[in-house]
Amino acid sequence: MFYREAGQYKTSYSADMAVFPIWQDRIGIAVILALAFIGVPLIGNDFFTTTVMIPFLVFSLAAIGLNILTGYTGLISLGTAAFMGVGAYACYKMTTIFPNVNIIVLILVSGLFSAAIGVLFGLPSLRIKGFYLAVATLAAQFFLQWAFVRVPWLFNYNASGAIEVPLRSVFGIPITGATASPETRYFVCLVLVVVLTWFASNIVHGRLGRSWMAVRDMDIAAELMGIKLLNAKLLAFAVSSFYCGVAGAMMIFLWYGTAEAADVFSIRLSFTVLFMIIIGGLGSLIGSFFGAAFIASLPTIMKFGLPAIGIPLSGATAEHVTFMLLGALIILFLIVEPHGLARLWQIGKQKLRTWPFPY
Amino acid sequence: MKKTTIMKGAALGALLAGSALVSPAMAQDSIYVANNAYRTGPFSGSGTPIGDGMRDYFTMLNERDGGIGGVKINFEECETGYDTKKSIECYEQAKSKNTVIYSPWSTGATLAAIPRAHIDKIPILSMAYGLSASADGGQFPWVFIPPLTYWDGASIMVRHMANELGGMDKLKGKKLGLIHLDAPYGKEPIPVLEALAKKYGFEVKLYPVAAADMQNQGSLWLSIRRDRPDYLYNQGWGAMNPTAVKEAIKNGFPIAKLVGVWWAGGDDDARAGGPEAKGYKSLNFNAAGSNFPVIQDILKHVVDKGKSLAPKEKVGENLYNRGVYNSMLVAEAIANAQKISGKKVVTGEDVRRGLETLNITEARLKELGMAGFANAVKIACADHSGHNKAYVAEWDGTKWTQKGDWMDPLKDEVRPLIEAAAKDYAEKNAGWPKRAEACEKSS
Repeated sequence: MFYREAGQYKTSYSADMAVFPIWQDRIGIAVILALAFIGVPLIGNDFFTTTVMIPFLVFSLAAIGLNILTGYTGLISLGTAAFMGVGAYACYKMTTIFPNVNIIVLILVSGLFSAAIGVLFGLPSLRIKGFYLAVATLAAQFFLQWAFVRVPWLFNYNASGAIEVPLRSVFGIPITGATASPETRYFVCLVLVVVLTWFASNIVHGRLGRSWMAVRDMDIAAELMGIKLLNAKLLAFAVSSFYCGVAGAMMIFLWYGTAEAADVFSIRLSFTVLFMIIIGGLGSLIGSFFGAAFIASLPTIMKFGLPAIGIPLSGATAEHVTFMLLGALIILFLIVEPHGLARLWQIGKQKLRTWPFPY
Repeated sequence: MKKTTIMKGAALGALLAGSALVSPAMAQDSIYVANNAYRTGPFSGSGTPIGDGMRDYFTMLNERDGGIGGVKINFEECETGYDTKKSIECYEQAKSKNTVIYSPWSTGATLAAIPRAHIDKIPILSMAYGLSASADGGQFPWVFIPPLTYWDGASIMVRHMANELGGMDKLKGKKLGLIHLDAPYGKEPIPVLEALAKKYGFEVKLYPVAAADMQNQGSLWLSIRRDRPDYLYNQGWGAMNPTAVKEAIKNGFPIAKLVGVWWAGGDDDARAGGPEAKGYKSLNFNAAGSNFPVIQDILKHVVDKGKSLAPKEKVGENLYNRGVYNSMLVAEAIANAQKISGKKVVTGEDVRRGLETLNITEARLKELGMAGFANAVKIACADHSGHNKAYVAEWDGTKWTQKGDWMDPLKDEVRPLIEAAAKDYAEKNAGWPKRAEACEKSS
């Protein structure tokens, strides 16, 4: 009734090709952004901001990164965590070497290091495909994680081998380090994620994105149409790793604070992000957000939320119940809609258009 | 919209609201103690007995004495699965509920919590794990690492070696192998062992085990056979420990010369080696067994009443008793805080002062029903570990027994390293605050 495009005429090609062609969608996105920028800081307490919202944003960005590679270009990668780790270590080294540079700039620049490493490990993708490529990227995971433990220069010869995030301020406000307030860290994460998502949206809807999708759907046909596979695949690796690298730097600098980073960026994290995009929806930006919310935030919300609304669960029981519920939900969603939550969202919108008189 | 959809939405909304409201009204007649545990995940084998011990001691205090100083202890366990992400969530929950102390129970969780402690005013108790440098109270006023650090442990290992060989001068030309997890935790003893090796003229050989290869140590033991070290020190964790014991037996390494750090001293670690594991050693700072009044009280007030999660036969195992020991430290810190502050319901700041002046004497241990269960523990303002004694325990085929006397760590060697490391930490973490908390007069 309210959600339909009747009466909205497009008078130009650009209006027709807009990401949000219907004004109801544009209002929707404005409401979500308003909620994120104003609502969450107003109503959320420190616990909610630190353990639900910041992880959600970090994982969303990592999922977008992997989605560019796996969802849009069809190249399966198990090296996500390693590329995130490159971003984190690069950011750590740079903030040691250039202590006066704006930390937000450093977080973004660390993505470039990750992109370079990603291109390097993406070279085999020109020859190998599918599961074999997954195994090749697994090599990246193992090699880089090995380097994180064994190259003491990376963690400044720290005796405990951990990355210790120093205090860095922008305009006098602490952004990283222990004194940075959760709200500040949340805002920095949010701004980075919103801006980078907007970039990603433009990339995947543009020439580059279409060439990636052509490669995904049939690479020989894409080549015959004049798409250079070398460029398209390596660019996919570069952009994807850039996003993962920024997410990794955000993870350590804006969320964990101090961490045994080699342990954090383990193969388990790679799988977690892969599951996010499978559950969320391959080849969909909004699916990346759904997947991150489902895999990263829902367990936390269930574990601490269920006891808080009066369901008496504690300690290990809460953990076990969360595991079981989450497992059941994953199976349920995959049975109901094998193409992920993004597809469910799309179907929902379609149904809403004809509501209340479906035909 | 269908009714069910609305219901689902409402349920999810309630959940979201619930998690946003994690901090409920504080009951002012109890003290909230948050405690991490890992009963799930890859290390649940050791996490479960430790968690049971910690929980049962507080349940016993509440049942037998009505809490500490007449105030009930609201002990809450938070499950981490030994995962840093979940530990951070647990820390945030503990903070929002105004915990008076935080026991992180993993190196990763300790490292993540240390920079926040002085801001959130929550003392951290990392009992013989975590960051060795945090033993320097001058730099880390909020972090406590009693009764001793990994560096002390490594120095006790060297001492044990010298005792068996017949003196420090006999160490010259000997070979000590270090099997260690290839992670920050495993690499902890390396700087101390290397410093001691230089001083006493023995050689240190490193045998790193990658986290992924904990149960696959075949090639590592080939190099051990080639190098023929005189002693092996095992800074291992989880599945790595029983594997090391089994491999030592398989490769004919004299099991009596294999000594584990205290976390390699689980009953199940040694049991995996079968009868041939008899003679396997591990450092320890608590006694195993149930022949102590404190354990008998736990059996009487908690286990027999069905209030424990532990099966009766597991009560008194080495790691269970270590959990009891951890809770004893927390309880004593709270009792001491009550004494110093004169308040019944203490805060995190009081407990920090309580920990800093903690002095558990032999007489006090006897009052607690722990004579022979543990050694005296003393923490001071500058010394947040105390560098207290430990002993070498031996597996007799069915249980851990004390072998030899309680030994002091080589404090003179370890302390300068700790102070240097603490200074280094403060320098690298720009903006690390100077200690603002005054020392107590009595310490």
